[in-house]
Amino acid sequence: MADLRAATRGGPGRLLIAVYAVFALSACARSAVQIATRFDRAPLAYLLSAIAAAVYVIATVGLAKGSRVSRRIAVVSCAVELAGVLAVGTASLVVPEAFPDATVWSVFGRGYGFVPLALPVLGLAWLRHSARGQ
Amino acid sequence: MIEPLSTALIWVAVGAALWALVLVLLNRPLPLDRRDGQLYLGLLGLLELGLLGQAVAGFVKLAGAEHEVAGLSFAGYLLGALLILPVAVFWSLAERTRWGTAVLVVGALVVPVMIVRLDQIWTAAGRG
Repeated sequence: MADLRAATRGGPGRLLIAVYAVFALSACARSAVQIATRFDRAPLAYLLSAIAAAVYVIATVGLAKGSRVSRRIAVVSCAVELAGVLAVGTASLVVPEAFPDATVWSVFGRGYGFVPLALPVLGLAWLRHSARGQ
Repeated sequence: MIEPLSTALIWVAVGAALWALVLVLLNRPLPLDRRDGQLYLGLLGLLELGLLGQAVAGFVKLAGAEHEVAGLSFAGYLLGALLILPVAVFWSLAERTRWGTAVLVVGALVVPVMIVRLDQIWTAAGRG
């Protein structure tokens, strides 16, 4: 179990968790500001924003804890994240009027160098890779 | 509001990121037992002090703002910027490998991004 934890948190995992933490922090802060100041302007977009923030936090904690259970939770949240960025990315192109403010997942995370699109893929790949030999 | 302090902080942070990047490329951990490694941590400490100064100056400026500013976002970025370096150093030093040093690259690059965002929030008057 301790090996699994070290394998998850070490090497590339250390960098991955750091980038996840940055997104968790920024997504939470942005979502809190949106909901506190102007929720009625675009409830759907801001609700999705809040869900995105929660998913980032769960994935970050799941990876950083590195236990068998937390890793499984991280797999689910990475999958939700990937589905979210694909769905919101597509929706923001098809119905742009539903997204008056850019969210982290708009246009597949273009405003963030497409990192939001790469992150869940890398997360899933890393969880798979670090499970080997355990 | 890119003022001298902001500009200096941006360049010091970019410099710190490049320094860490060189260590990553050379595949050498931060040499904590040597002068250059200690100098590097000192540089990050100085950067953090500068960010603290920026936060104080930012709140003073926010209190006396003559145009409408998205105060909550502005305050969030001022305070959030203080968290980045301590957490990055802590997380990085826990594993003194190439990947641990890469965390410093990311941490040091997040700081200038946040400073630029602060400027955008200050300039974009009245936009929620």
